[in-house]
Amino acid sequence: MLNFILLILIYTGIYALMAVGQNLITGYVGLLSLTQAGFFAIGSYATAILSVTYGWNFWMTLPVAAILAGFFGFLIGLPTLRLKGDYLAIATLGFGEIVRNILNNWDKLTNGPMGIQRIPMISIFGMRVSPYAKWGFLILVWVFVVIAYLLFERLARSRIGRALEAIREDEIAASSMGINATRYKVWAFVFGAMIAGIAGSLQAVFILSVTPGVFTFMVSIMVLCMVVLGGMGNFKAVVLGAFLIQFVSYFPQLVGLSNVIPPQFKQVLFGLILVVMMIWRPQGILGREQRSAPGRLFKKGGRS
Amino acid sequence: MGSSAEFFQHLMNGLTLGGIYALIALGYTMVYGILKFINFAHGDILMVGSYIGLFIFDAIRGQSLGPWTIIAFFIAMLGGMIFSAGLGMAIERIAYKPLRKATRLAPLLSAIGVSFILSNMAAWMWGTKSRKLEYPFDNSPLYIGEVSITPHQILILIVVIVMMISLKLFVDRSRIGKAMRATSLDQDTAKLMGIKADRIIAITFAIGSALAATAGFLIALEIKVYPSMGTMTGLKAFVAAVVGGIGNISGAMVGGILLGLLETFGVALLGIPYGLRDTIAFVALIIILLVKPEGLLGKVEKEKV
Repeated sequence: MLNFILLILIYTGIYALMAVGQNLITGYVGLLSLTQAGFFAIGSYATAILSVTYGWNFWMTLPVAAILAGFFGFLIGLPTLRLKGDYLAIATLGFGEIVRNILNNWDKLTNGPMGIQRIPMISIFGMRVSPYAKWGFLILVWVFVVIAYLLFERLARSRIGRALEAIREDEIAASSMGINATRYKVWAFVFGAMIAGIAGSLQAVFILSVTPGVFTFMVSIMVLCMVVLGGMGNFKAVVLGAFLIQFVSYFPQLVGLSNVIPPQFKQVLFGLILVVMMIWRPQGILGREQRSAPGRLFKKGGRS
Repeated sequence: MGSSAEFFQHLMNGLTLGGIYALIALGYTMVYGILKFINFAHGDILMVGSYIGLFIFDAIRGQSLGPWTIIAFFIAMLGGMIFSAGLGMAIERIAYKPLRKATRLAPLLSAIGVSFILSNMAAWMWGTKSRKLEYPFDNSPLYIGEVSITPHQILILIVVIVMMISLKLFVDRSRIGKAMRATSLDQDTAKLMGIKADRIIAITFAIGSALAATAGFLIALEIKVYPSMGTMTGLKAFVAAVVGGIGNISGAMVGGILLGLLETFGVALLGIPYGLRDTIAFVALIIILLVKPEGLLGKVEKEKV
């Protein structure tokens, strides 16, 4: 039982990373990207191929996974982000499918539908972090989540973050204030892709194998649900969303009802979450983070 | 086989495939024209319509092939169309209408939710195994010179042409069609002129969904019926709508046929591996977005402050 909860928490961490990236794209810039699964897959396969075929150390594959995912993010982002947001959704949806298609068919590199097995475990300072000893891995994953959280939170509070929010609220007004909207959007998209690549890399060394079947559209939908459920534009909320969605998705196994509840049930539930949240609580459970520095100062001074 | 015969063969295959894309693209483009919104659930409405058509056809067709099976086929198709039309209207009413005044992102997210609900409900209720829809006629190919053409292709061409002409006439000539165009041009002014915009939107969804169901039922003969059949087909039809110029009805027809030809000739002449056939559509999308983002027949829209 404890082991199972640890497993849920590890997956929560891996997905929280992707959700943090999705939040930057969807919550801050207001763009609908549907391909976290694609970048996740690229990161996973980068680590798997480099460490199994070429014998690289995990820590060397990690930056490659991130950069590769970011590079592909740049490739799809550049043509589509110049236009209205709607096209991005379709282009990214298509991209996710293409990635899976290629992973399935490029036998030489990816070993086709069979995937790649026997990925070596991580070691830190000569200590091996075995995914079977779940505590160690849990700590490792959550260290990544905390670092990503702090970095992205910092980014969102910076000049860049304010520019991104300005673009979301009114792109034309933002452009006339001298913000290069396309450039900021592409960067946000690339950052979101990179962190999904890192999440993929971690998942590869956790499961110790990769298969194309893992990286379905469902993964992207789950990540989207995490952001929508927790609250768009709020990194804390998104991590909460990651936990809730993972909990829901493992609930049947947790209570031992996995033979009673069909697997489609949770997916229908994810769809319902999107529709219901949009109609009744579009800001999510926690809502958007309110933080305008001048306002806070004003409140403190004005209340005397 | 001579090279010109080969050419006509691919042309034939491309045209039928393109006709299907065009039928589906019409639904995307009509909805986009009025609401400026991509109906992500369109492909899944197609899937549900195909299932309903399949159930009706299996229930009423007899054992042997004959004139009755062809009539039964059309009755089943009509059943699927009516069901899909109702479904499309219901989805619009429940999941999109409350969000008309919300941010752009809200209806998109809601539509993705609907799409996910439909495809998984179908998998839940009807199973993930694909089901075969029997041909209502003997589908052995006929030969015109060296070019072979199957009765299935002839059926597709006839249905697509009839549907397109009647849609075009409906939108251009009828009162409701005129109201649709007015609503698409300027919803608020249309309302002031006494057009019931909500009703027009519902009708648009109904027509688009019925066309998608028709297309789904026609391709089901070849690719069978399964819960995720709408996803890829829907995506490609959307690309067709963008290529033709989204929001433009003639554009969707042109874009669909162009994409069908591109896929067929891409595999046959350019030597693109069959496994990567689905990729062609997305490369076309990226290229058109780079070169002519408003599409072939679309108008350039300047965003005003």
